[in-house]
Amino acid sequence: MDLMDVLRAALTQALGPNAIVFALAAIGLNIHFGYTGLLNFGQAGFMSVAAYGLAVTTVMADLPFWLGIVMSFLAPILLAIVLGVPTLRLRADYLAIVTIATAEILRLIFGSVEFKEQFGGSNGITGYAKTYKDMNPYSGELDLGILRFSKDDLWSVTVGWTLVALGCLLVWLLMRSPWGRVLRSIREDEDAVRSLGKNVFAYKMQALVLGGMFGGLAGLFLALKQASVVPSDYSTNITFFAYTALLIGGAARVLGPVVGSIIFWFLIAGLGSIFNQLTDGADPILPTWLMTDTQASLVRFIVTGLGLMLLMIYRPQGIFGDRREIAIDGR
Amino acid sequence: MDGEQMTDATLPKLGALVDVPNEPGAKKPDPIVVGDDISRQFGGLRAVDVGHIEIQRGVITALIGPNGAGKTTLFNLLTGFDQPDSGSWTFNGQPIHKVPAFKVARRGMVRTFQLTKVLSKLSVMENMRLGATGQMGERWWMAPFRFLWEGQEREITERADELLVRFKLDAKKEDFAGSLSGGQRKLLEMARALMVDPELIMLDEPMAGVNPALKQSLLGHVKSLRDEGRTVLFVEHDMDMVRDISDWVIVMAQGRIVAEGTPAAVMADQRVIDAYLGAHHDTDLSDLDEAAIAEQVMTEIQEGE
Repeated sequence: MDLMDVLRAALTQALGPNAIVFALAAIGLNIHFGYTGLLNFGQAGFMSVAAYGLAVTTVMADLPFWLGIVMSFLAPILLAIVLGVPTLRLRADYLAIVTIATAEILRLIFGSVEFKEQFGGSNGITGYAKTYKDMNPYSGELDLGILRFSKDDLWSVTVGWTLVALGCLLVWLLMRSPWGRVLRSIREDEDAVRSLGKNVFAYKMQALVLGGMFGGLAGLFLALKQASVVPSDYSTNITFFAYTALLIGGAARVLGPVVGSIIFWFLIAGLGSIFNQLTDGADPILPTWLMTDTQASLVRFIVTGLGLMLLMIYRPQGIFGDRREIAIDGR
Repeated sequence: MDGEQMTDATLPKLGALVDVPNEPGAKKPDPIVVGDDISRQFGGLRAVDVGHIEIQRGVITALIGPNGAGKTTLFNLLTGFDQPDSGSWTFNGQPIHKVPAFKVARRGMVRTFQLTKVLSKLSVMENMRLGATGQMGERWWMAPFRFLWEGQEREITERADELLVRFKLDAKKEDFAGSLSGGQRKLLEMARALMVDPELIMLDEPMAGVNPALKQSLLGHVKSLRDEGRTVLFVEHDMDMVRDISDWVIVMAQGRIVAEGTPAAVMADQRVIDAYLGAHHDTDLSDLDEAAIAEQVMTEIQEGE
């Protein structure tokens, strides 16, 4: 078994574009769930409207690329308001139900034959990312032995980690402010906040919009880095993997979602590489009656799930979380 | 604030209640809250059915009654935490029966909760700071820029510090509110409500679950609220407290106001005694020999078997 290969696969994914997509989505979920206590199970929906906002504007409507970027910022804001108005006055679980359903509805509409003209059906949309590619200042690939990025990925990684850093800075600035204090208080007990004269609905809406915009940014970045928008990329899985990343890193911590995403992808890619090598070839190390190579690609998720369970049992606050915040429970 | 002077200033107000008849829905000379035909139904149960209610400004009014009398529901209605089936009420002459809870609080009518609602994962100081109204840093477009709200935050912290000293919570200010005892939580909730600077403060069972030593200081705090010129309305089952500090008592039963009057008059009212207080309500338990009580209880239990 080649450990170098394992490490290279793990590191390249952990620092690569996929981890950035998850980090951005998880920063949004951190604002929703970690700080405000809003259960958004439809982050994939926010990602998809942003991605399709760009692609539809640029390709289907044949408008300028930068207008497409503007649309991909506006679409998640609009979605957040549409979802928030009926649900944010209700108990927390309603938002969860509505967001998960909306994300699925959006994915099915984007992939439907009926709207093939507008959204490209299950094949999705390509051909909008030229401007983004042309901006790439790099001339070749990066190869550090244990870390290898193609020319395109190198550009995406540069743009992506810059966005993540700016996002973390914004979250840090906001959450140390009295505004952040109101959000954290809403997470604890909305009625108490209401009794002190704060418009809880408005704050929840602001949090939903801001977190949704980070979801949108994740979708936009995903669309740019792979130069195609495909409905299957925005399945509910991606929301729950982003939650996994958030919980690994630690909710309600600025760097929690970022570190969580890095670790999540390090594990997924590293384990994938290990199991792949164990089952690869004509004479695999693991006998085929125990595990075939198709099974191997799935076992990593089982192992990751097991790891997450152990984490929740022995370190429920995540890597960065504050033990004290978890230890004090209820009234 | 100069406590003594304020007490003198409020004395005429207390005196003003002397002429008010001891009857349900009595008119007060200077009411801060006036309500009419307030009703709230839960299924078939009419939880609140109040014809007329007035709360006198600048005094301590107690709202008493058996469990399920509708006291907390009335609190919820008045403060906008629940919607009535019918009825209207005013605060300082302004109708507020369709105003959402947070706006009611901003106008100066702030409540606490029967089960304390401290924000346990925030520090005591953060709990206090949250109470201040009109904070620039609470607007999202100003929040990222610390220099815009730093000064105000400092003022708020100073005010919070003063209140924490007054409520003897200053030693705890950096602790998580979740680490406070039940009584300290009651104190924190009251102090936090004062950060809003309310005209009318509504306390829902401030003495529930508070140990006797802390009770005395809580009583003092409630009195000091009145002495500062605030109006206090509180729900309480502790008759000692009602007798000690309230200027006026409103008795509710089955959603209605059944009696009203000075503490002495209400406690002597035969209907109130029958409906709520019970025959031995006048006996101060602390005067009795505890061993004798224990013995009597044991005897009763044995006889019961």
